[in-house]
Amino acid sequence: MVNSLTDEELYKLARKARRHIIEMVYSAKSGHPGGSLSIIDVLITLYFRELNVSPSKPDDPRRDRLILSKGHASPGLYSALALRGFIPEESLAGFRKLPSKLEGHVHYGIPGVEASTGSLGQGLGIGVGLALASRLDSINNHVYVILGDGEIEEGSVWESLMAGYKFKLGNLIAILDRNGVQLDGYTEDIMPMIDLRRKVESFGWNVIEVDGHNIAEITAAIEKAKLQRDVPTFIIAKTVKGKGVSYMENNPKYHGAPPENEELYQRALSEIGDA
Amino acid sequence: MVVESLREAYGEELTKIGERDRDVVVLDADLSSSTKTALFGKKFPDRFFNMGVSEQSLVSTSAGLALGGKTAFVSTFAVFLARTYEQIRQAVCYNNINVKFVVTHAGITVGEDGATHQMVEDVGIMSGLPNMKVIVPVDSVETRSVIRFLHEDLKTPSYTRLTREKFPVLNDPGYEFKLGKSVIMRDGSDMTIIANGAMVAFALKAADELKGKGIDARVINMSSLKPIDRDAIIKAARETGRIVTAEEHSIYNGLGSRVSEVTGEEYPVPVRRMGMRDTFGKSGSSWELFDYFHLGVHDIAKISEDTFRGER
Repeated sequence: MVNSLTDEELYKLARKARRHIIEMVYSAKSGHPGGSLSIIDVLITLYFRELNVSPSKPDDPRRDRLILSKGHASPGLYSALALRGFIPEESLAGFRKLPSKLEGHVHYGIPGVEASTGSLGQGLGIGVGLALASRLDSINNHVYVILGDGEIEEGSVWESLMAGYKFKLGNLIAILDRNGVQLDGYTEDIMPMIDLRRKVESFGWNVIEVDGHNIAEITAAIEKAKLQRDVPTFIIAKTVKGKGVSYMENNPKYHGAPPENEELYQRALSEIGDA
Repeated sequence: MVVESLREAYGEELTKIGERDRDVVVLDADLSSSTKTALFGKKFPDRFFNMGVSEQSLVSTSAGLALGGKTAFVSTFAVFLARTYEQIRQAVCYNNINVKFVVTHAGITVGEDGATHQMVEDVGIMSGLPNMKVIVPVDSVETRSVIRFLHEDLKTPSYTRLTREKFPVLNDPGYEFKLGKSVIMRDGSDMTIIANGAMVAFALKAADELKGKGIDARVINMSSLKPIDRDAIIKAARETGRIVTAEEHSIYNGLGSRVSEVTGEEYPVPVRRMGMRDTFGKSGSSWELFDYFHLGVHDIAKISEDTFRGER
């Protein structure tokens, strides 16, 4: 299945995942749709085209690793894992409810999940450690870490950027969900990043900028990153928060809130369309 | 009395383990020559990661290595590790992975560097974390045994608290540490002093003083703080009726608190806690500081005698 799907088929899967995201947060009456919708095209591209992972062998030591450091986008990751066959699609209905394992933030112990995340700023360091472990064991895999652009206000992210360069982790690929919105408002108002590309480049990383909703561009960037040997790659995926649901797009309110009523819920599903 | 460095014992034991097990990795944050992980780093440079003065990166990277199948030993000074409480909570304890924190320069025996570097709250901070084990070795012999235990028998998070200062060697070379078990260093029936770390040697000397006054004190080394040896505490309460605790740590959330919890729940007897009384440390020589904070041998003897006689 992996590598054989067309872009169109991936967009269709992304629509399906978007529907799941909306259904999950509406059913849970809570959760984070905005950042899930912004990163879902990247997640679908990774799980259905790039990642060497298998639901039948989730513990294969040679597998690629993905850490969703912005762990509040759990509906996005859980949807992708369900569509890829790691967890049953029906289980998504348990999101944020007892006794489901589908915790509000990403929970280690769910098949396909590599680490618990949700407290921002820790995933890139975990990625550095995983990449080092692979190198010690001569495993020729890749470690992907998905970061939020509010998240990179955490100083720990920059500590890990230093470490990634120092240890020459060509097998480490960070992907930034650059949607420009965080809980309290717009990222450039809350804490300006100024020239993010130059900032990250000055830490010694290989930087690639792409449209994070264009599957062909995402694919090309990852393929390019995989060619690196000694330098880690930082892909800035330019995205729209809440992508696919007009009233959520670029709206800080939907960072962490579900559709408020049945009408908005149905509108979200109809705007996403059938999958 | 022979004194030996706990952190040197750690560095040496770590290096021996590194020879036997290629999956052991060590991380430090620019303090390896002080924590003694440099001994490992010199021998196994490929498996030693100096993260620089970046403790958050230190902890999250160790979590990644453990998730990647490695056995990670992580060292820095106690006070600096505490900065990363939340990384320890989320990345290590919640994932319940094989990361062993072994900190040095804990307590007031940092000495001259003063209050900023004298961590006396760490046992409390770490004990509250689900999945975390907390150990305070008493001497170099116990330190070596703890490190071997951590490597061979524990695959989940742990916090081991070492010191800058050398401590008297109290255990025989063949001694073996057991998690959740304490050791009666001197038996007695009139009252019990439960201590750990530097305070055990003081407690033994205090017991000698008490003997001169006709008080027969039991002295227990409670190196395993979490899990704690509940049976030994209940037995001491039942058999001796009075307990004094002594620790190089705050009286809040450390040994004294844990012992009081157990007696309070199981067998209430008077418990007097000796330790840092809601205060920061101070610059001075380590051994002078114990007297300064009323934690010396005579202080322990005095409080023990008062406790035995039922005076407050």
